[in-house]
Amino acid sequence: MTIKEKFDTMDYGPAPESAAEALEWIKGFDGKFGHFIDGTFTKPGKTFAAKNPATCETLAKLTQAMANDVDAAVTSARKAQPKWEKSGGHARARVLYALARLLQKHARLFAVLETLDNGKPIRESRDIDIPLAQRHFYYHAGMAQLMDTELPDRQALGVCGQIIPWNFPLLMLAWKIAPALAMGNTVVLKPAEYTSLTAILFADICRQAGVPKGVVNIVTGDGAVGEMIVQADVDKIAFTGSTAVGRRIREATAGTGKALTLELGGKSPYIVFDDADLDSAVEGLVDAIWFNQGEVCCAGSRLLVQEGIADRFYDKLRARMENLRIGDPLDKCIDVGAVVDPVQLDSIRAKVAANDEGEIFQAGQVPEKGCFYPPTLITGLSPASNLMQDEIFGPVLCATTFRTPGEAVEISNNSRYGLAATVWTENVNLALDMAPKLKAGIVWVNVTNLFDAAVGFGGVRESGFGREGGWEGLSAYTKSKTKPKALKPIAAFAGDEGPFDPIDRTAKLYIGGKQARPDGGYSRRVWGPKGALLGHVSIANRKDVRNAVEAAHAAKSWSTTTGHLRAQILYYIAENLSARADEFAARLNEMQGGKSGQDEVGQAIDSLFTYAAWADKYDGQIHNVPIRGVALAMKEPVGVIGAFCPDEAPLLGLVSVMAPAIAMGNRVALVASEPFPLAATDFIQVLETSDVPGGVVNILTGSHAELAEPMASHMDVDAVWSFSSSDISGVVEKSATLNLKRTWVNHGMARDWWANDARTFLDAATEVKNIWVPYGE
Amino acid sequence: MNKTATTQLPLAVERRNDGMALDLDWVRGAQANTSAIERRAVTLPGRRSVKKDYQAAWLLKAITCIDLTTLAGDDTPGRVRRLCAKARHPVRSDLLAALDMPPLTVGAVCVYHDMVPTAVQALQGSGIPVAAVSTGFPAGLSPFHLRVEEIRESVKAGADEIDIVISRRHVLTQNWQALYDEMRAFREACGDAHVKAILATGELGTLRNVARASLICMMAGADFIKTSTGKEPVNATLPVTLVMIRAIRDYYQCTGLRVGYKPAGGINKAKDALVYLAMIKEELGDRWLQPDLFRFGASSLLGDIERQLEHHVTGAYSAAWRHGMG
Repeated sequence: MTIKEKFDTMDYGPAPESAAEALEWIKGFDGKFGHFIDGTFTKPGKTFAAKNPATCETLAKLTQAMANDVDAAVTSARKAQPKWEKSGGHARARVLYALARLLQKHARLFAVLETLDNGKPIRESRDIDIPLAQRHFYYHAGMAQLMDTELPDRQALGVCGQIIPWNFPLLMLAWKIAPALAMGNTVVLKPAEYTSLTAILFADICRQAGVPKGVVNIVTGDGAVGEMIVQADVDKIAFTGSTAVGRRIREATAGTGKALTLELGGKSPYIVFDDADLDSAVEGLVDAIWFNQGEVCCAGSRLLVQEGIADRFYDKLRARMENLRIGDPLDKCIDVGAVVDPVQLDSIRAKVAANDEGEIFQAGQVPEKGCFYPPTLITGLSPASNLMQDEIFGPVLCATTFRTPGEAVEISNNSRYGLAATVWTENVNLALDMAPKLKAGIVWVNVTNLFDAAVGFGGVRESGFGREGGWEGLSAYTKSKTKPKALKPIAAFAGDEGPFDPIDRTAKLYIGGKQARPDGGYSRRVWGPKGALLGHVSIANRKDVRNAVEAAHAAKSWSTTTGHLRAQILYYIAENLSARADEFAARLNEMQGGKSGQDEVGQAIDSLFTYAAWADKYDGQIHNVPIRGVALAMKEPVGVIGAFCPDEAPLLGLVSVMAPAIAMGNRVALVASEPFPLAATDFIQVLETSDVPGGVVNILTGSHAELAEPMASHMDVDAVWSFSSSDISGVVEKSATLNLKRTWVNHGMARDWWANDARTFLDAATEVKNIWVPYGE
Repeated sequence: MNKTATTQLPLAVERRNDGMALDLDWVRGAQANTSAIERRAVTLPGRRSVKKDYQAAWLLKAITCIDLTTLAGDDTPGRVRRLCAKARHPVRSDLLAALDMPPLTVGAVCVYHDMVPTAVQALQGSGIPVAAVSTGFPAGLSPFHLRVEEIRESVKAGADEIDIVISRRHVLTQNWQALYDEMRAFREACGDAHVKAILATGELGTLRNVARASLICMMAGADFIKTSTGKEPVNATLPVTLVMIRAIRDYYQCTGLRVGYKPAGGINKAKDALVYLAMIKEELGDRWLQPDLFRFGASSLLGDIERQLEHHVTGAYSAAWRHGMG
């Protein structure tokens, strides 16, 4: 074609980025890679192919790790960890800084290799993935530097097993390795088998950055290797990937005491109101669902358009889709590259083919060879369609309409997931009203898919738990310096004497602000240490759990009351408890023996004051992000928390669990101390006289072991805590697998209820939601 | 108009925009989210890339879309004649031959009223239209009847295109009716000459105002909307461009009428020109990549493009003095 012809057609023409340097690097390893263990590359073993999904050609051979490889990696990490931690924040900061610098120096090599391996457009790897990975290391170099002064009570977890997905291979590696190393952990990381090459290049970089041997270990292979890491002697598992695999990991780690964070799937709503800048909202969708071929856990894959503008918006969207360029990911002029693997391509095709609702529109010329799928819009779907509920993980946008802001919230939250949400409106009132109502860890206002190391990333519901990035992300890689002691099971006393009270008192359950008899109609006798019959207590069963959770949900307005009001009520509880201090002290002594009752009541009042104080002071943050705008880290209540109160300290324990939870706006279903339940049932009267709205606090008595499963498996409970001396940690974690609710269990370790560690409880009682609000007129 | 040079005949004669009744609901409903628009503008150069022969072709296209401009107090007939000579031969013949391209010209020559006769004479037979800035350019604050009369005088003197300036105060006080009426009067005074409405976007305060003023001017019959006089502190920018061309797109979708776009001021690098062309291609489509619907208001852009073209032909970086001056 002559220049004159090009002048007439004004086509873009090809603009290829050279793959030569990246291929040369692969050649330097003879095209065959082993693992990176203890600072050296192992010899390649049994290999599998790393393919370029755009051409289906083999790029290199990778080694499938065997049990002994994983063992060697974990051993190496274990050996290196104490020294790495002891080297201090500044020494670690220097290493992380060097890693950031080296990622920058080799930026284009990383970008090209990523695109070859993953199929994503070079623009994205060059302008988004690699710069964000660098930023993550810079940011966490700073966190390492500040750890000693800012987190004096925290220490490293130890060895972290990290399993990452194929959609953002290097970026996810950075999200995992940077915070872990900053806090003094060592890691064994497994990249996804489709996309391991940049992880190996990173290992190469580690040697140049002076990362001590064993601090970073990388093993390659398929899911079997991931399972080995989960089973290995590691202190924490961090996983990003599918909800299905996340569930399996939750189940496998249940009861082991391994810390766990999961970043899982999503079906994030993208809400367009009728006053939005529609052209910008259309452009936003390009970044929401066609970015990275839609293989993004937080992709705005559910489009919700206000009904009155829907047709106009869809027209604009379809016109925009026609301009998307699909093809060679190494071409600098390509918007949509290749899907990662034929398996993923088939999965996308199958999900779309199974749909028989709505109207499908596909745009663009798809190359015949390679794993390509056209940008797709399906309009006219309803929330009941599978496509509106299930993650597709491809460039497929599913759309429906709504009438009012309220309905937009309702449809958005009608999902098992809760990762991200996007809101487009020019009305600041509407935007800031929507953001807190959406069930998500991240909300973007008039922008989408923005990420930064300073902003915690992570979701709620089946999108997983834990945050990556920001101050909030560090708790996932640290633990308290307090050395826990083992907690011995505490048995109830037995006896055969007559009644202690002159008049029979009936201790009932407390559900929805009312005293209720147990569903089963059974009670248990409670004896004092010398055999006196102190009273009877209800034995709650699974139906009582159900009722308590329902009552807690009915009290949802508690979560939107002001911190000031919640403080008032907590003070009032303290006031009323104080008025009956002697009576409670006597009761505690009668139940437990000894004379610590008075002290315990005093400490319980202290605890109520502490959380009343915090109720209006546990502020969120405004993160410093590299845009003109703010990222508001809002602390939101977790929701409904089911808690097994400690068996020891029957009043103080209950209060110390209840107070932080309700101070932060949660509603609770508390299971009282099993051996000493009467302080809790007496406490019902204190609650009744303290203006606590019905359903905010619900109290059950009964067997922890029996109630653990129904509470932890309840799909409408958002978190379960256990401080029980019964061995229920494993059951709680395992049962929580169903809806992937957050758990906080003691794994048989004691807690000092007289210690002041309010922040630990406040952290557990809140979720951080990051709301990105760019501004500018 | 359509007195375009031989290499750039449009596919069909475009129906002229006669405007429509003022639709205030549409105007007031127009939104422009600054951050989102800036984001689109700043990422576009990374998303679109034109290389090698394609780049040369695009740069040649850019030349045909240039309104070669001189708007200085010290303009003389000699200076204007020199500019017109450059307009006829914007690229060295040996370079065009090496690129296997037929002769081409710039899109128009743009001058003050007093220089119109000189320019008309100098461009006789070239097919290059003469554009005159008018209506009390650049501030537009002379008496209204004189501004209208100025248009008539320039048309009478042979100008094919009139670049008018709007009254910014009508936008800043949201007096949309006054803006519409003013534009209508200017358009009427232009007669058969085409009218470009200069919004002076650097003085409108917000992108939302830019969007609304763009719509008003189109509704009142503007053939082109243009960013700036070149005299404001901020002239053509990519975000402003995005807002204006999206307004053009909306207007086209609603009326079927294509209105042209002219960014002016501050575009002086070949690379910038490529980004502008890519933005037009993306947002408006290929039809707008012709001089009857797109112009660069620029004085020094041509020089940089010439150097890039020589680099393309020889593989060596070029120097300004190797290309004839305008």
